[in-house]
Amino acid sequence: MPNGKLVTLRQMQSGQSGKVVQIQGGFGLVNRLSALGIRPGKRITKVSSMLMRGPVTIQAGNTQVALGFGMANKIIVELD
Amino acid sequence: MKILLMGNPNVGKSVVFSRLTGVHVIASNYPGTTVGYTQGFMKLGEETAEVVDVPGTYTLEPTSKAEEIALKMLSTGDIVINVVDATNLERNLNLTLQLLEKGIPVIVALNMWDDVGHRGIHINLSQLEELLGVPVIPTVAVTGQGIKKLVERIPRASSPKFPPRSRDERWVTIGNIIEQVQQVTHRHHTWLERLEDASVKPLTGGFIALVVLVGTFFVVRFIGESLIGYVLDPLFDTLWTPVILQLSSLLGGSGFLHSTLIGNIANGEVNYVESFGLLTTGLYVPFAMVLPYIFAFYLILGLLEDIGYLPRLAILMDTIMHRLGLHGYAIIPTLLGLGCNVPAVLATRILESKRERFIAATLISIAVPCAALQAMVFGLVGERGIQYVAIVYGTLFVVWIILGFILNRMVKGFSPELLIEIPPYRLPLWRTVLLKLWMRVYGFLKEAIPIILAAVLVINILYTLGVFDAIANFTAPIVTGLLGLPKEAVVALVIGFLRKDVAIGMLAPLGLSAGQLVVGSVVLAMFFPCIATFVVLLRELGVTGMLKAAAIMVTTALVVGGVLNLIL
Repeated sequence: MPNGKLVTLRQMQSGQSGKVVQIQGGFGLVNRLSALGIRPGKRITKVSSMLMRGPVTIQAGNTQVALGFGMANKIIVELD
Repeated sequence: MKILLMGNPNVGKSVVFSRLTGVHVIASNYPGTTVGYTQGFMKLGEETAEVVDVPGTYTLEPTSKAEEIALKMLSTGDIVINVVDATNLERNLNLTLQLLEKGIPVIVALNMWDDVGHRGIHINLSQLEELLGVPVIPTVAVTGQGIKKLVERIPRASSPKFPPRSRDERWVTIGNIIEQVQQVTHRHHTWLERLEDASVKPLTGGFIALVVLVGTFFVVRFIGESLIGYVLDPLFDTLWTPVILQLSSLLGGSGFLHSTLIGNIANGEVNYVESFGLLTTGLYVPFAMVLPYIFAFYLILGLLEDIGYLPRLAILMDTIMHRLGLHGYAIIPTLLGLGCNVPAVLATRILESKRERFIAATLISIAVPCAALQAMVFGLVGERGIQYVAIVYGTLFVVWIILGFILNRMVKGFSPELLIEIPPYRLPLWRTVLLKLWMRVYGFLKEAIPIILAAVLVINILYTLGVFDAIANFTAPIVTGLLGLPKEAVVALVIGFLRKDVAIGMLAPLGLSAGQLVVGSVVLAMFFPCIATFVVLLRELGVTGMLKAAAIMVTTALVVGGVLNLIL
């Protein structure tokens, strides 16, 4: 059972870190995200999000990735 | 033998390619710089091997057109040099394992090896080699370190025949490999990393973007104007004018040959802009009006590319670009378009859907003026006052927004969301920045000057034959009635199909008012792409797509030109 609070990537605050527990998307999205190092079990840190439903930037390992607001809503993270 | 360079986007394949073949290709610090493929040759012992720089791909299950090209290339190769970003080993191994499953001989170039230490990463090379079953050579492509060894080991590329795995199994395997070969130690943030974070936060990022864009505009203009005012104009005046005057009197001061080579000379003065001779306007336009701005623009663009700023601008622009049916990454082809529309249209391949590529390419060819055209606008319209230049830019920008908005409503389908890797900021190496600048400037000289000279020649011949009068009379209702320009201005529109810079130059002798000059410049920018852009548009959009885009161009240009005519 997860110990931390579960939130979507969109709900995370900038600067918070956590572990990806689930990606609620189709095969295509899961495939593209995992290729960029975002998949269940990986630790990520939210760097920033743009105003007006703009993209979210996260740090995953040594990579920074920017992804759309809708995608960020489909990524479930267990906060540290 | 055919060697393929493959790897994730932005790992330095193009730099490795240049090192191996001596063929220089444009390399930058953002994913998706290479969208087509480049071939070159290298010596491999006695043999000559073909080397192909394949666009970057994260997986062999393609998600964009550039990745589709990569997958198609794979079946044609004999050996793959898999370029891997050593600072992102885990993610990069995903492609490596997929390549190994394909059974093609692979050799790994572990690139950016110099960065590994700074980032607190330790990689056990011999163990990685053993686990993968293929040679692994650490390289620093930008300095050339490790390239010689890589070449020596190419014959030892091997195919360990990994069994095909499911996606999840593959990640488990990668996880095991990483656990055995890589150690990461904690370290503090550097100032570059702080700047990286600040660049993608709404407030600080917006401020940085504003500084960068406004700064770019003024620096480009400053460099361009200084080169013209202090170097090129004096050169033409002191060295070239006496030659022209001498030649003019040799040719007797008139006749077909005189007007073709030199054009009109009044009172012993050479008017380089208006005379329209091959040796006067034909040389002055490309060298003294356009080249300085090409130089200045590509210098600054190259710096921004190599620092790695452009993807961050994409994040900031994403929300706006979605209104235009695009996502933020489309800002990169758009910025390239401010240099030349040809590479810009090619760069739309980094966008995922056909719909986005159509919208982006159409918007670029209508509302994004190339450096050559902008240089002429600065030169000719700028003489009448900077406010008129501002009207030209303002109009094009508004058209870009409104037309994008309309296209987003009209073109079927939806635009996917942004999903991009943001490269780290890197301090650009002067050598690579200047090399890239030279390639682009040389490309301009090689491709533009023959067309400019041809355009000037065609103008002279058609004038002598009286063809332009016939066209001008035929189109007078539109040109005069709708756009409020003298009927001769249609000549510029026709020549605009060859080169926009020469075309704008043709407006100079018509004695236009400032308002008419603005209308002429805007219509020329939007009306129809130049021949070089036309060819790539046709290739990228297909015949139907091109016809649609052309209809949009002509309509928009006439509507906007008509409205401007009423206002000004």
